Amino acid sequence: MTKFTISRRGLLKTSAVAGAGIAAPMVWSRPAYAYTNEPTGGTVTLGFNVPQTGAYAEEGADELRAYELAVEHLNGGGDGGMLATFSSKALSGSGINGKKVEFVTGDTQTKSDAARASAKRMIERDGAIMITGGSSSGVAIAVQGLCQEMGVIFMAGLTHSNDTTGKDKKANGFRHFFNAYMSGAALAPVLKAQYGADRKAYHLTADYTWGWTQEESIAAATEGLGWETVNKVRTPLGAGDFSQYITPVLNSGADVLILNHYGRDMVNSLTQAVQFGLKDKQVNGKQFEIVVPLYSRLMAQGAGEAVKGIFGSTNWHWSLQDAGSQAFVRSFGQKYGFPPSQAAHTTYCQTLLYADAAQRAGSFNPCAIAEALEDYQFDGLGNGPTLYRAGDHQCFKDVLVVKGKDNPTSQFDLLEVVDVTPAEQVTYPVDHPMFAGGELGKCNPGA
Amino acid sequence: MNTKTSDTLLLIVFSIAVLAGPVILAPFGAGYPDLLQKFAIYGIFAIGFNILFGLTGYLSFGHAAFLGVGSYAAVWMFKLLSMNIIPAVIFSVIVAGLFSLVIGFISLRRSGIYFSILTLAFAQMCYNLAYSVLTPITNGETGLQITLSDPRILDAAAEGQAPASNLFGLDMISTWETSLAGMTLQFNMGFYVCALILILSFWISMRLFRSPFGMMLKAVKSNQNRMSYTGLDTKPYTLAAFVISGMFAGLAGGLLAAMDPLAGAERMQWTASGEVVLMTILGGAGTLLGPVLGAGLIKYFENIFSAINDSTLHGVFAFLPDGLNNAVSAVLGLFVGEGWHLTLGLIFMLIVTFLPGGLIEGAQRIGRLFTSRSKADPQSGEAQSRPAPAE
Repeated sequence: MTKFTISRRGLLKTSAVAGAGIAAPMVWSRPAYAYTNEPTGGTVTLGFNVPQTGAYAEEGADELRAYELAVEHLNGGGDGGMLATFSSKALSGSGINGKKVEFVTGDTQTKSDAARASAKRMIERDGAIMITGGSSSGVAIAVQGLCQEMGVIFMAGLTHSNDTTGKDKKANGFRHFFNAYMSGAALAPVLKAQYGADRKAYHLTADYTWGWTQEESIAAATEGLGWETVNKVRTPLGAGDFSQYITPVLNSGADVLILNHYGRDMVNSLTQAVQFGLKDKQVNGKQFEIVVPLYSRLMAQGAGEAVKGIFGSTNWHWSLQDAGSQAFVRSFGQKYGFPPSQAAHTTYCQTLLYADAAQRAGSFNPCAIAEALEDYQFDGLGNGPTLYRAGDHQCFKDVLVVKGKDNPTSQFDLLEVVDVTPAEQVTYPVDHPMFAGGELGKCNPGA
Repeated sequence: MNTKTSDTLLLIVFSIAVLAGPVILAPFGAGYPDLLQKFAIYGIFAIGFNILFGLTGYLSFGHAAFLGVGSYAAVWMFKLLSMNIIPAVIFSVIVAGLFSLVIGFISLRRSGIYFSILTLAFAQMCYNLAYSVLTPITNGETGLQITLSDPRILDAAAEGQAPASNLFGLDMISTWETSLAGMTLQFNMGFYVCALILILSFWISMRLFRSPFGMMLKAVKSNQNRMSYTGLDTKPYTLAAFVISGMFAGLAGGLLAAMDPLAGAERMQWTASGEVVLMTILGGAGTLLGPVLGAGLIKYFENIFSAINDSTLHGVFAFLPDGLNNAVSAVLGLFVGEGWHLTLGLIFMLIVTFLPGGLIEGAQRIGRLFTSRSKADPQSGEAQSRPAPAE
């Protein structure tokens, strides 16, 4: 048997050869990309970052369905959905810029850290050229900041906080969804007509950026009507049980409860508020009322009976009768068997808007895409004529005021549109105090 | 081989393995900068935790608090002073050290389960403070981020672009890419900074394990009462171990913020504290290498397993007939994606039941299988019946 010995010289020689061998194929120069993740093959990868667990998981699942539908339509599959009604005809169903669209997904867990980690994975490992998603403004803001640093475009999904396009706005981030200020501006006239100008409001607020800005916006709008704000109480996100927060409302002298909650939180808090008999109470000689400023059909479904007669605002609703909405509801319904939520709608639109901007710019360079989106006017995506404002990358369009239906005809027919507030009425200047304090900065193409 | 040479050898092998991380992990889909950085950073966190738990046996359930405090401290340094990571990391270690001194001083009045509960309580207090009460300092749920309008007195004013965190001009996010055998290898600046600090931490922990101080801590673990009866006050030793491990956690937190300038409250949640306990036990508490392995395994599961979705599974089993493919994908789908916790739980159960000494014990058993094949069997039987060193 031969004995295997290593001499010092032999080891040095071997390692030198091995080192040279490993180093040979490495070209120690950064690939000459003009921007982060420039697609070189026949495909382009989009990153869909949605909550698959946590308080907003249901919204996330619906967003993901819409993303898959959008990708199918971009690649020429299905019936084309809103591509047919979209005012821009740049997209032809042959991918974007001739490249087939592929996608990767990640779970944000409704946590900033996890969301950034999964976005980073999609950018660094999977080569995603654009990140989109959300369902929590905290997460959306964190991921938007990351996309700015890494040099990719962020198309915000469902994020309703003023800060997303306010003090935390970024040049690489764009939002199609409406925001808390718009909810307040749209709701106020309806609330005045329904409940009068002499009311006392009690706020329960999800304790993070979205809750804070919505509380501020709604309080400002209702105080403008002459309402008095009795108290503002912050509740932790994902609290589950709200009874300890609802009991004090009964003895506060307030006659309106404003629930600045969303997702499962809203389902729980509203259900409990109704169970506690708030809706049947008479305070100050008036009927006690509950308002949910940001409404969604998914939540209405979760809360069941409790939503009847409750007012709120929403970005879009599947019962709208314009051609764009109908086309979207039809193709979504064919694929999944039920109508889409507003979260699905906004993410579908964002994907189309991104693809369209890339097609019009003829490039995937984030700066070219940003330029194509800024001050872009479009129609046919279900919200009527819409403007992507250059000053803060926020979309301006009509806002729907809705009410929980008293006599629903199906499990999806839960909300009725009470009023369509025109875009002019919810438009604000870029330097409005509720949005002040941030700068867009310059677009960052990475690399 | 005596301890000294084998330690040196271990350190060298460890260093090579860590530095070659981007090459070794690329085939597993884990060779991208963010995950590599997480491996190194949570490795440091677990090494620090192991100094307390592995040596003294004190099970702290609140270590994530120090990690979170370190992150906030680092981001504040970025906001106020400079985007250079040196002051940020140093400040985060100091702040975490002070926090752990206070919390340790109070918690170490008790031992065993009461100590664990006390640390857990403190960590939850820190979490809730960061989440809602101290919002002006921590920015609550949104997390603390750097903005264009931050003062940053040492850095030149940035134009339209918040600067990246750097080490004297070397950006943490800069990456050299190259391809080898069809894989993209990514050599990231930030990872190498973390890797060097991880190696340094490993060396420090090794020195601690071998020092008289480390011996004293092991004595505390084996029988604290006897130590007290001999007239020795153990508290300074345990407190020192607590503060050292708290500073390691702060270092890890500072590095997390240095790699990605954001600090969120969820880093301090009790689940994060539990995670480091899992890492340490999974890898092997009280061993030098174990915690780093455990940290790597958990982070791999969290980032890679959770990203596998149904369509990926269908792709992998495409060679099977349709019906079978759907069935297999449906069953496996429970264990990947959002079900990755389930897989982790199963693995944890198996390891605690069959390998109480963690992955390291597994490696030792395999090693013994090869070295002692010629020797008589009783030895391996004896090894298996050794009492479990689990806590």
